[in-house]
Amino acid sequence: MSNIPGDLRYTKSHEWLRSLPDGSIEIGISDHAQAALGDLVFVEVPEAGRVLSAGDACAVVESVKAASDVYSPVSGEVLAGNDLLATQPEMINQDPYGQGWILRLRPTGAAGGADLLDAKAYAAEVASAS
Amino acid sequence: MKQHEPLIFELSRSGRAATAQYPPPTEAGLPAQFRRRARPALPEVSELQVVRHYTRLSQMNFSIDTQFYPLGSCTMKYNPKACNSLAMLPEFLGRHPLAPIRTGQGFMACMFELQEMLKAVTGMAAVSLTPMAGAQGEFTGVAMIRAYHRARGDLARNEIIVPDAAHGTNPATATMCGMKIREIATLPDGDVDLAALDAALSPATAGIMLTNPSTLGVFERHIVEVERKVHAAGGLLYYDGANLNAILGKVLPGVMGFDVIHMNLHKTFSTPHGGGGPGSGAVGVGQRLLPYLPVPVVGRDGDRYRWLDERDLPQSIGRLSGFMGNAGVLLRAYVYMRILGAEGMERVAEFSTLNANYLMARLREAGFDAAYPSRRASHEFIITLRRQARELGVTTMDFAKRLLDYGYHAPTTYFPLLVPECLLIEPTETETREELDGFVDALAAILREAETDAAMVKAAPYTLPVRRLDDVRAAKQLDVAWKPARV
Amino acid sequence: MPYIPHTDDDVRAMLDRIGVKGIDDLFDEIPKELRVDSLPGVPVALSEMEVARLIAARAATDGRPLNFIGAGAYEHHIPAPVWALTTRGEIYSAYTPYQAEASQGNLQIMYEFQSMIVGLTAMDVSNASLYDGASALAEACLMAVRAHRRSQSARILVPITVNPTWRRVARVISEGQGLVFEELPYCTEQGTTIPQALARYDGQDITALVIQQPNFFGQLEDVDALSRWARANGALIIAAVNPVSLALLAPPGEWGDGGADIACGEAQPFGVPLSSGGPYVGFMATRMGHVRQMPGRIAGRTVDLDGKPGFTLTLQAREQHIRRGKATSNICTNQGLLMTAATIYLALLGPVGLERVASACVARTRELVAALSGLPGVRCAFAGPRFHEAVLVLDRPVAPVLESLAAEGIIGGHDLARDYPELGHALLVCATETRTSEDIEAYARALGGMLGRAVAA
Repeated sequence: MSNIPGDLRYTKSHEWLRSLPDGSIEIGISDHAQAALGDLVFVEVPEAGRVLSAGDACAVVESVKAASDVYSPVSGEVLAGNDLLATQPEMINQDPYGQGWILRLRPTGAAGGADLLDAKAYAAEVASAS
Repeated sequence: MKQHEPLIFELSRSGRAATAQYPPPTEAGLPAQFRRRARPALPEVSELQVVRHYTRLSQMNFSIDTQFYPLGSCTMKYNPKACNSLAMLPEFLGRHPLAPIRTGQGFMACMFELQEMLKAVTGMAAVSLTPMAGAQGEFTGVAMIRAYHRARGDLARNEIIVPDAAHGTNPATATMCGMKIREIATLPDGDVDLAALDAALSPATAGIMLTNPSTLGVFERHIVEVERKVHAAGGLLYYDGANLNAILGKVLPGVMGFDVIHMNLHKTFSTPHGGGGPGSGAVGVGQRLLPYLPVPVVGRDGDRYRWLDERDLPQSIGRLSGFMGNAGVLLRAYVYMRILGAEGMERVAEFSTLNANYLMARLREAGFDAAYPSRRASHEFIITLRRQARELGVTTMDFAKRLLDYGYHAPTTYFPLLVPECLLIEPTETETREELDGFVDALAAILREAETDAAMVKAAPYTLPVRRLDDVRAAKQLDVAWKPARV
Repeated sequence: MPYIPHTDDDVRAMLDRIGVKGIDDLFDEIPKELRVDSLPGVPVALSEMEVARLIAARAATDGRPLNFIGAGAYEHHIPAPVWALTTRGEIYSAYTPYQAEASQGNLQIMYEFQSMIVGLTAMDVSNASLYDGASALAEACLMAVRAHRRSQSARILVPITVNPTWRRVARVISEGQGLVFEELPYCTEQGTTIPQALARYDGQDITALVIQQPNFFGQLEDVDALSRWARANGALIIAAVNPVSLALLAPPGEWGDGGADIACGEAQPFGVPLSSGGPYVGFMATRMGHVRQMPGRIAGRTVDLDGKPGFTLTLQAREQHIRRGKATSNICTNQGLLMTAATIYLALLGPVGLERVASACVARTRELVAALSGLPGVRCAFAGPRFHEAVLVLDRPVAPVLESLAAEGIIGGHDLARDYPELGHALLVCATETRTSEDIEAYARALGGMLGRAVAA
């Protein structure tokens, strides 16, 4: 049973979003995703300043058995990628919703909408897929 | 089995040399600005040390010569020694590819006849021997399809349809050719979903890539329908010949309607796998794609053979290799086909299919679940260990590793991706019944072990040079080259 | 039936167990209209003895003429242990090491090969081989486009002195991925790329510059000047190098300021016979920062459950069987058998032996050029230092001369008329350590006779 914090929003492709007090958005991958991937060996995060549209592939997470793109759920400008992941990719496995955040961006336009799932809807999504 | 061998660099001692192999010293006299400053870090060892070292390393390998090797989709049949010794005759080995063709008529005769035989066994109109591997053969097929549509001004066709069961090279190849992939579903009984195919076909369809029998080990029963639909929609059919061993002499891909086929000579025609290569991915084409064949192709004017190149095939997609492909591999395939002859080739599909169906029947009796129990096995079949994984906590990976302790190379694991916890098993036609029975006994024994001592199975293997390896560490702490110790 | 061991008893018992009457029943899922029963067009089977006679007769037709061609494939002495070891069944008939515990021998050989390539090229990391040099260059160009973070243009500058077939193959393999190749001219006196010709690209978005050393003519390029231009203009440097020459020449890792970004080439000279054009073995090495963009298999050293060192394939997530549509390439095989031969060759030669071979090649080619260009009607095309090939210009078309030489058992060289018509009647010749002074004299005598004047005694 994977961990799905109630205060976050999610996508069908297993990203999560957190709205930060300063209006920026923090993005990572869910506990379900990190468990499916296995021990992560490499993470590529986007550079600050990069402009993303909703649905753009913005990062890559790689384990020994899989490499997956991480898609930005919203449009915006990247404020920072989590540099800790360059030396500690396993942080995503250990703390996917905390220190394992992947990028922060400043959203342009509406911060997501119909495509984003709340915790309950995401839990249902995960349950139906397995 | 040998348990450990140091790196060749660790055996090195400064001043040691295999001097019988060296030419006498000469002064090169090259200007200093071009010269290397420090010697490259290569080992300094004696000739006996080299022979002993690599002999020992060879003893740390499973191989067809030493073990039953039922790797699905790889066709690990016996590699006849004659193919090697005859392909390595000094006249063939010593010939430069650019030497005047009059000095290579013997070699060219073999290549021409190989082309003709490959045409005959596939039912195709023409063959090019140049692709150096199955993946290059695939690239050739998709590139030719692309060229065909472009030549007709049909630039919108940039989608390749691929079943979700396809081998990873298929979508990778489509991407390499600048095409988009449309995946279609496979039905529970293993056939392609025709409704999904209808939905995927459009004016953007360049073609479909199919393996038949499919990677699921079953024959695509609706292939005639698939061919009709794809051609009607303006697309072409590419046949991934990885599983040709199952239908050699029984079905001709050209008659099935395919426009291009690639063959894996290192599978069906028994050229050596060599620890990972060289392969050879000869392609056959129907009339539609003939103008686009990669060059060079062997041609004949009367009784003289010569290379046909860009001047003879101006619409060719071009060259894929420095010369003409893997000549030595092609010679081995030629020898193999001459020894088998028509009768021998007709028997390949029969006996590989017999062995596969027998093995599947016996494994089911022993308590294993076939993924497609209502279907005939082709030359390979899938066993799923999903139930054992759920009930005993022992996975396909664990069974595979424990099989190594029993002296068998494990079948292909976790491919195709569609079937969870799967083993794709391909015995090939060169194995005896006793070998197959022994394999069943081993798997049955491991199943009993899994039921009584799962932890033991989960930590296998025990009898090999190493236990299970930490591949997370291998990827995170990359150590991919020996570094000389700093002085 | 050759190689099929089943007795009639076996077949009966097996059909029984399956529950069918005959083998043909096993094919009942195949639509009848697709079935064939025979293979017309395939000859009857021959015994091994009969095939051996046939093949031997064909080989005898081809004979063993004296070879003076290089042009991308080089004849070197292959020590006897190389193929005695490589054709051991445990190496020859093994598969890709997907079950690492059962393939430690193969994986260790891959690791040793990778290490040797790193040592020779002075780069950081090598893969375990690619199909051949031509496709390796193509893959290097594709890799440069992937790896270059800033460049958007996918423009690759390629000197005309780079092997013409390799240039063609690079276009074919990268077709469909939007690469733009632009050619750089060479100086007709030196036979090398003109560094000043790069000036027109100053400040433009260039993804990569290819430098071949020695170049196709055998001449030595000013790799430092070319590399410095690339570095200053933000272009990646792709070095295509002859591996034997690396015993003597500055390695790509040390070119210019900071060295090349990708080094590639054809490792056939390491223990792989000419064998009519293949199978050969490409190599590729790069900087650690680009390793995830490098195609091909890579063996890595790690530890097992007991902490014992062992080897396994690593970084497989880049490859086709995992990444599928987003793989770095569709490559599935490496050239394992040839890579093994190359590794054993290098272990036998070592740094001293390889340097001897390279120096002998330079000396023999110098001797060949002197002997042939001393003949009336023959001149050397280019001044400047070279490795083990040279371009000669004849006073008449080359092709008929080569035919006449072939009739006398001499393969005189490679006709450049098709690829470099601007050079006139140009012939690319090569002499490695395998050519003796007697061989060279025989060539000079034959050519001299052909050109109508006798060679001075």
